[in-house]
Amino acid sequence: MTAHDLVFVIVGLVTAVSAILVVTSRHLMHAALYLALTLTGIGGVFLVLGAGFIALVQVVVYVGAVAVLFLFGLMLTRAPIGREALDSQNRGLGLAVAGALFVLLAALIIPAFGGESTAEVTGPTIEAIGIAIFADWVLPFEVLSMLLLAALIGAILLARREAGESGTEAEVTRIEMGEALADEPDRHEAVGTSAPAGELGAGGGR
Amino acid sequence: MIELTSASATAFVAQAVSVFDVGDGFVVPLLLKLVFILAMFFVVPILGGYLEHKVMGRMQDRRGPVEAGPFGSLQLVADGIKFIQKEDVIPRAADPWVFAMAPGVALVPVLLVLLVIPIGPGVFALDLELGLFYALAISSISTLGILMGGWASANKFSLLGGLRAAGQLIAYELPLILAAAAVALQAGTLSLVGIVEAQATFLIPGTDINLWYLFPQLLGFGIFFLAAMAELARPPFDMPIADSELVFGYMTEYTGIKFAMFLLTEYAGMIVMGGLIAVLYLGGWQLLPGVPLPGCEGAGGIFDCGWQGQLLGVAVTLGKMMLIVFLFVWARVTYPRLREDQLQRMAWLVLVPLALLNLAVITVAKVVF
Repeated sequence: MTAHDLVFVIVGLVTAVSAILVVTSRHLMHAALYLALTLTGIGGVFLVLGAGFIALVQVVVYVGAVAVLFLFGLMLTRAPIGREALDSQNRGLGLAVAGALFVLLAALIIPAFGGESTAEVTGPTIEAIGIAIFADWVLPFEVLSMLLLAALIGAILLARREAGESGTEAEVTRIEMGEALADEPDRHEAVGTSAPAGELGAGGGR
Repeated sequence: MIELTSASATAFVAQAVSVFDVGDGFVVPLLLKLVFILAMFFVVPILGGYLEHKVMGRMQDRRGPVEAGPFGSLQLVADGIKFIQKEDVIPRAADPWVFAMAPGVALVPVLLVLLVIPIGPGVFALDLELGLFYALAISSISTLGILMGGWASANKFSLLGGLRAAGQLIAYELPLILAAAAVALQAGTLSLVGIVEAQATFLIPGTDINLWYLFPQLLGFGIFFLAAMAELARPPFDMPIADSELVFGYMTEYTGIKFAMFLLTEYAGMIVMGGLIAVLYLGGWQLLPGVPLPGCEGAGGIFDCGWQGQLLGVAVTLGKMMLIVFLFVWARVTYPRLREDQLQRMAWLVLVPLALLNLAVITVAKVVF
């Protein structure tokens, strides 16, 4: 067993244990933090396997953005500080599905790649990756980019509520930079000031 | 551990040889590099902090620290000793584990980024092929620590500060990465040493005038500088810790050594950002554009320096870092704090489009010339 194997085992164990803790933790925020650790661990697995670039992408996308957005969303909506007993009622089903998936993947992967030599682990250089993406595979890459862009715009459209569509519309407090618009008389009535537009804008005394 | 180094990824193999790679052993270079990084982590931020104290004092018509050490230079050391002695308070309602780990999660990425920052010819711990991407990717983990601290404190001011910090760091990470990408594009490499080398050999097309990337990428430099200041959450971008409304944001409940760790994150972050700006835009350890260090004219003044050249190179890079810190402090005492909506608007409506424009222009110029 070389040091390389040792590091691989340690990283893999950390990843696996924290992945199990994600689903067994009874605290939503702890589960999200364990998820961040799991994603970091997967980055570590990539690194040990010689894929440095993928490892860094994993860190910047999944830890730096996805996990942070998870935490962000949880804090904005439901992040009770202190004790909270979350428990899924689907433990049995979850265990069955996860176990079946594990057996299936193991049955597929071990016969397929079990005999591969693991002596030397090296990844391609960043130059080779760049040429592969932007020369050989540029069309699929662009199509994927368009797909992601469309998903992004769709998500924004879905999340954005049109005026008067549903629910109660909250009063929007508008604060302009610089001069207030002159053609907004109703707003000045609403805030109960009769100050001229220019004075209100320049004062900014909020 | 030899197997580990020989079998590690090619993308993570050092490109250039560091001065700390002495002998064929594994342990001695490792220890030297650790000492180097720890010195960069503890000593240089104290220099930056002292500079900040003094410059802020002068700009506000006072003298800054004067008592501790000659000219008050040991003030931050004294502060550090004070922080260690202070009581370590953990609020009763807080989540103790997350609360305790948050400063570390914020601090360690800054320490890891110092691994790749070169401060002189051959004076770096590692020159990774992916150096620039590594620096930007690892530093994005700090956000997680700030969110953890903000949430685990069980304090509404902390929570609001943590949320603001996360929103701000995510918003300004994008222009930062886009501006850095334009530099990598022009240099044709992601290795930080490679970028310094590319600047030493970059000539205006058609002439033999050597320029730093500051000049062709003035716009990118401005974007990177502003985004770096916002990433550090320093005034005028200190909405997450705005003390007139949020007490001290995500750091409100922190005391003693944990608070000091958050502070050290900020100061070491200034050094890291200063180092990145010096390497990306200011020619690294070159004295002036086209003027290599005396004694090492070979290879564009990058390598083959004697120890005097190396020391001078370190001094030049540190000087440039301190210049950037000075600019950060200057902006801090000059401008009032941006409001949260102005801050977000500036990132998404000004800096991101400008950064994309910068990237497009550099791409076209790179292909044309």
